[in-house]
Amino acid sequence: MNLEKVVFAFFIVLSLTLNFGFFIGDLDDPNHHNVYELYAALVVSLIATIMKFGDRAHIGAVLLATSLVADLQLIGAVIVWTISEHGTGTGLTPMVMSSIVSLSGGALLANVTSVIILVTETVMFRR
Amino acid sequence: MQNLVYLMLRRMRLPLIAIILVYAISILGLVLIPGVDDQGNTWHMSLFHAFYFVSFMGSTIGFGEIPYPFTDPQRLWTNVAMYLTVISWLYAIGSLFAMLQDPAVRRALAFTTFTRSVRRIHEPFYLVCGLGDAGYLITRELAEDNIRSVVIDRNEHRVQTLQLENFQVHVPALCADVTDSSALYVAGLKKPHCAGVIAMTGIDHVNLTIAISSKLLAPELPVICRAETHDSQANMASFGTDYIINPFDTFASRFAMMFQSPSMYLVYEWMTSIHEAPLSEFVAPPRGTWVLCGYGRFGKAVQRSLSFKGIQTVIIEYDIESTSAPENTVAGRGTEAITLHEAGIEQAVGIIAGTDDDANNLSIIMTALDMNENLFTVARQNQRSNDAIFNAADIDLVMQSGKIIGQRVIDLLTNPLLSDFLRLARLQNESWANILVSRVVGILTDAPPETWTLNISREQTPALLEAFGKGMAVTVKDLTTDPHETSQMLPCVPLYIKHQNNDELLLPEDDTPLQAGDQLLFCGQRHAESHMHWAAHNFNALNFICTGYDRPSGTVWRLLSQGRHS
Repeated sequence: MNLEKVVFAFFIVLSLTLNFGFFIGDLDDPNHHNVYELYAALVVSLIATIMKFGDRAHIGAVLLATSLVADLQLIGAVIVWTISEHGTGTGLTPMVMSSIVSLSGGALLANVTSVIILVTETVMFRR
Repeated sequence: MQNLVYLMLRRMRLPLIAIILVYAISILGLVLIPGVDDQGNTWHMSLFHAFYFVSFMGSTIGFGEIPYPFTDPQRLWTNVAMYLTVISWLYAIGSLFAMLQDPAVRRALAFTTFTRSVRRIHEPFYLVCGLGDAGYLITRELAEDNIRSVVIDRNEHRVQTLQLENFQVHVPALCADVTDSSALYVAGLKKPHCAGVIAMTGIDHVNLTIAISSKLLAPELPVICRAETHDSQANMASFGTDYIINPFDTFASRFAMMFQSPSMYLVYEWMTSIHEAPLSEFVAPPRGTWVLCGYGRFGKAVQRSLSFKGIQTVIIEYDIESTSAPENTVAGRGTEAITLHEAGIEQAVGIIAGTDDDANNLSIIMTALDMNENLFTVARQNQRSNDAIFNAADIDLVMQSGKIIGQRVIDLLTNPLLSDFLRLARLQNESWANILVSRVVGILTDAPPETWTLNISREQTPALLEAFGKGMAVTVKDLTTDPHETSQMLPCVPLYIKHQNNDELLLPEDDTPLQAGDQLLFCGQRHAESHMHWAAHNFNALNFICTGYDRPSGTVWRLLSQGRHS
């Protein structure tokens, strides 16, 4: 058993589940989307990215790319949230909320890709 | 470069994860712990404010408790978070610096810098393997002549010493195993600008490996090799190594030349001396019986040359068996008075200390001089670092492998015409050499002469070609006239001309006419070369030398003066 792979799998799957939890619900209803869940998803996703730093294998590099995409999407969502709350003061209008959630939806897709690659790798290389 | 980035990222994983975790926990704590706003209501910090607060707290900037003063539970948590964040930052920055100090990273960094500087060379360069005395000398002399070189050596200390040198051109140096062909690749063996490979390590087998690798990987490149045994010489020659230099044989034949023709020896010494070397003086070794200490590779070569010139030698050798010394050899080191006495030092005319130990060689010379102060002394110096003591010992002739090889290689690379000249000069007699020596002495100050080549071509002498085009005849004398003061000659001697049809002429007369395609070899003071180039490039200067008429350089003035003359 390779501990590094297990820990990475833990973080990447956790990132997916947290993101999924945030994403699910009505697109424009702030009550369905918890800010802490988004926060946790971003932190976990960042950790997953760093765990792939310096991985020279091809699959490792692809995983680094997909998790970087997820990070970018989530950071985008966080920035939109912050600006609407603290910057412009518009608050969580349905339009703002839907753009936040759709950004996290993009991140969700990247997370799913990561997990698919991870599963493929695990199935292909039995060690 | 890629290597280095990967290495750095891999090493920074844990510190970065630590920072993110600490930030996440600190922010979360601040968000969850309730505070009180200015109206006394319970208030929760938003994620945005918490991130802001932790960011300036963690980096020890500290703007204070905003937006409202903290409650005690908040302060308690801030205490915890403060220490956590500062420690995590210290940890990350510490790891970053530790990583830069790490030998693996430093090696990767040096490798990256080396490959980058090799890639940036866009002019011909030589690949020098081995940075011993010879390799160092070659690199330095090439740099003096503004010729690029790339150096590989296994010894890190030597590479670092080279990097501290202040050469005119940058010499990239890599610490790597020279027998590894990938090191040769990295050093630019396959690059189109690579002009040749110079294998100068102290071990014959390593030189052999370098020679064969480069002959296989880049067959068209010339290879110059150092070899100390005849065995490896034959081996290197078998696969087409272009030049093989044996320091012992080279020295032995020069030494023998001293007996036959001291002036010719002087010509050789002067023409092949390195930059800023002291001017060697006229010495004539006495004929008679010589004592030779040490019958190794050096001793054998010297003995063979001396007996060829009919000079008797008595050999002193410690290990008679394994060196297969001749029968009448005296057993011993030669450092003791008793063995020297046994070899008949009192009746001998000269002593050659040729062991591979510098201290022993000096001891031999000193002991022998004690017993017979009229001896002509010859010593072999193995380490360049012993220069000072060998100078202090006031020895008549010092043989230094590195210097001999270095000089030969430099001449081969920078002045191919010189080998032709020396080959022809060798066939001349002593009186010819005497005349040449006196001519050269006439133009010298206290430094040995520089030698340089001038090709009569469009690139090197555009003015001469223009003159030929106008039907003017230019002679050797015109080139050696000082263009700034035409009544005076430049301090230089024309040594040799090679015509385009390979006709050769030694010591051309002043009235020898020049043609396009001629190659000329000169020797003289250093500044004479640049003055000569002035006339070779500037048609007006050349014209004035040839005709004594200062031609106007502007078209208008030229037309005016034409009108006046006609």
